[in-house]
Amino acid sequence: MNRKPERSPLVPVPSGFLMREEDVDKTPVLEIRHLGVDFGGLVAVEDFNMALGRTEIAGLIGPNGAGKTTVFNLLTNEIEPTRGIIMIDGYDTRGKKPYEICRMGVARTFQNIRLFKNMTVLENVKIGLHNEMKYSIGEAVFRLPRYFDNEEVSDLRALELLSFFNMQDMAEWKAGSLPYGAQRRLEIVRALATNPSLLLLDEPAAGMNPSETLELMKNIRRIRDEFSIAVLLIEHDMNLVMGVCDGIVVLNYGKIIAKGSPEDIMSDPVVIEAYLGKADQ
Amino acid sequence: MSGNRRAYFKRTLLNTCLCLAFFVTVNYMIGARILNRYYTNILNLVLIYVVAAVSLNLTCGYLGQLPLGHAGFMSLGGYTAAIITTRFSIPDIGPIPGQAVLFFLATVAGGIVAMIAGVLIGLPALRLKGDYLAIITLAFGEIIRVLVQNIKITGGAMGMGGIGKYTNFSWGFFWTVMVVAFTFLLVNSRHGRAIKSVREDEIAAESVGINLTYYKIVAFAGAAFFAGVSGSLFAHHICYLEPGNFGYNMSIEMLVMVVLGGLGSISGSIIAATVLTIVPEVLQTFATWKMIIYSLLLVVVMIFKPSGLMGDFELSAARLIRKIFRRKEDVPQLPENYTEGEETDEQET
Amino acid sequence: MNLINHLINGIHVGSIYALVALGYNMVYGIVKLINFAHGDIIMAGAYVAFFALDAGMPTVVAVAASVVFCVVLGVVIEKVAYRPLRKSAKISLLITAIGISLLLENTAQKLFSATPRLFPKIIEGGFYVGDRQISMTTIVTIAVSGLLMAGLTVFVKTTNAGKAMRAVSEDTEAAQLMGINVDRTISMTFAIGSGLAAIAAVLYCCSYPQVYPTMGALFGIKAFVAAVLGGIGSIPGAVVGGLMIGIAEALTKGYLSSMWADAIVFSFLIITLLLKPSGILGRKVVEKV
Repeated sequence: MNRKPERSPLVPVPSGFLMREEDVDKTPVLEIRHLGVDFGGLVAVEDFNMALGRTEIAGLIGPNGAGKTTVFNLLTNEIEPTRGIIMIDGYDTRGKKPYEICRMGVARTFQNIRLFKNMTVLENVKIGLHNEMKYSIGEAVFRLPRYFDNEEVSDLRALELLSFFNMQDMAEWKAGSLPYGAQRRLEIVRALATNPSLLLLDEPAAGMNPSETLELMKNIRRIRDEFSIAVLLIEHDMNLVMGVCDGIVVLNYGKIIAKGSPEDIMSDPVVIEAYLGKADQ
Repeated sequence: MSGNRRAYFKRTLLNTCLCLAFFVTVNYMIGARILNRYYTNILNLVLIYVVAAVSLNLTCGYLGQLPLGHAGFMSLGGYTAAIITTRFSIPDIGPIPGQAVLFFLATVAGGIVAMIAGVLIGLPALRLKGDYLAIITLAFGEIIRVLVQNIKITGGAMGMGGIGKYTNFSWGFFWTVMVVAFTFLLVNSRHGRAIKSVREDEIAAESVGINLTYYKIVAFAGAAFFAGVSGSLFAHHICYLEPGNFGYNMSIEMLVMVVLGGLGSISGSIIAATVLTIVPEVLQTFATWKMIIYSLLLVVVMIFKPSGLMGDFELSAARLIRKIFRRKEDVPQLPENYTEGEETDEQET
Repeated sequence: MNLINHLINGIHVGSIYALVALGYNMVYGIVKLINFAHGDIIMAGAYVAFFALDAGMPTVVAVAASVVFCVVLGVVIEKVAYRPLRKSAKISLLITAIGISLLLENTAQKLFSATPRLFPKIIEGGFYVGDRQISMTTIVTIAVSGLLMAGLTVFVKTTNAGKAMRAVSEDTEAAQLMGINVDRTISMTFAIGSGLAAIAAVLYCCSYPQVYPTMGALFGIKAFVAAVLGGIGSIPGAVVGGLMIGIAEALTKGYLSSMWADAIVFSFLIITLLLKPSGILGRKVVEKV
């Protein structure tokens, strides 16, 4: 899929018309203004600004310890920001609990996989579908019809989501017994089950071999296209970032040092310096 | 799958039949004096401990928290119910004996008082991580004990006598079925999955939209209710309550039962509660070494099998029957995983 | 008048609480475990000191024997019971700690029976300030605790071993990568904590001269409350928390009734956790995501 911004192809939109791809819904799903956080006097993230379109894929890169995961944790309110505003779909996230942020449409994966290891793959996905199901504790304990209706639907939905990564045959496996790559995929499926409008992927390619990474690149695009959601990812694998992202934000020492399209970033001297050190050293 | 109605009704029918058969048989044996008073007493005690252990499993095994004040909730339920039954009476309503109605209502009231206490203690405590929860529930248990010792209505340190011996096999069995059914049906629902996800990984659970505090409170309240029920049964079994009945050691005994049976296994809790109640009653030599053996068991089991002896394995009548008759299910392509049952069942493969 | 006496009593008991709280604090800081067995190590220390004194040994030897025994006990418990579980779920570790605590209590019960033994008086005398008598026990207790806590602070701040301890409690993995022997550091933490517990045991027995198997259980829990109150992971926190609990307890006993003292202490815990879970001098710990 060629996504060069200057010659974007015509794509169909829900109304039936064709539009330039660059003009397709660009109202931001995520807007961050002057975001900053201090850890006991130490400034971890400072003046972080970015916006993300409804169906954009963006990359967040930077050297180790630059504060990338901290930005994710700020986005999900795992850590409360000291300064700044985060808007999801135009709603301020201030004071919201992480689970409320999830209900606002942000789903995430974790750098070191956090699955419900002793539960089955299917159960993992169904926990993601928790808020899609609507029946009370009473209805559950007395097994009223709504229990069965909801469970049936979510069983099917869970399998459907799993089949996105061709994992439906593993539904009964314990999540902890899956091979590494499948665990990463399951985490993404679980996140997608929450019906997000923004998916945060924290180093999705970590520990993957080149062919798996290639597969992942395809899948990230498929996720964006089939679920029509925005994806923000942290990644060290430059091939993946350059190959899949529409826009890239480079972070160093908690500050944005560059922003732009993959081409711009690759040739930006400030970025090169941050990654490789000064040329004369 | 959870949504499979037919399988659910089949297993419920099977389990209801099994429960009824067990109930009728034992009642016949008691009536015909095959089980004498001594054994009946032990049997009642077993059921009381089963109620307490299964309810503790909800917080300990499924929610993955470590409350050390289970005896405190039992104490609240026991005293509340005992105060009600010793002060009030209900006339017979036609064929229904008023005393039975009173005992039922008192037990429910005991459960509700314990549940309210569970929520009150849970609200602040559950925002904290596991080890603080352990210590705060322990503190709560001690506060209850001091309160009970120092107020008049409970008889203070002297204890409270004159409680009617209302607990019998039927009541014990009724409440056992209630707690088992409640726990099983809750755990195998979206709410139960949420509770289990809290045990597995709080951060991940919250990231997929699970309200941690809410589900901790739900599990806590449910467990406290049945602990209160068990306390009421206990009070009307020994007929005399003193503050020392529900000490730290009782909380620990419950914990041993849950840990040995398996964290997250209802049938495990039932078996462990049964064995650990009967053995010290029957073997006096064991009784004197009881606490040393319990403590060693705790350490050894944790080191070698941290999920408890049975883990989260459940006995299943339906699965057993299928195995015996070697019925080859024409399994459809979608995995036919688990359906619901009432007492001792889960997972069919 | 009376108030001053109660305050002195409170500081006296509080400084013992502080010593024990330090043990909880250090262990919690480094392995994130409430060492339920810590209170029972106090009991073990008290028994060893009692038997040593009973056999006619001089006080110094008895205290030394008690310290050595507790250090060994603490280190062995860590090696045998806690180390295999370091990577497993928190709840398993807690259950093990409870198991060890029960094991010590009940073994003592089997060996020595539940009957309390009378601890001999090893510190005698006292003096008058105005018309108020202050016993030598109080002076010694406060002085010894103060010295030990000051010594520990210096140790943790300045020595390499102390720095290693702080590093491990900050970030175990990073400390390991920096070449710190984590196992040895953890053993050392248990050793120091248990040694302090042994001294606390002797001091405790000087004021409450009864030795029995469950003496450490409630005492230990209250010391833990002190640690939480002051702030887990902070040495001055343990001191502040210990003194506060001691004074609160002394005042309750003085003005209300000794029956309520435990309830008051535990209410302190619940209130602290409600208002400031990190304790008075503790700092907020953010879990890594």
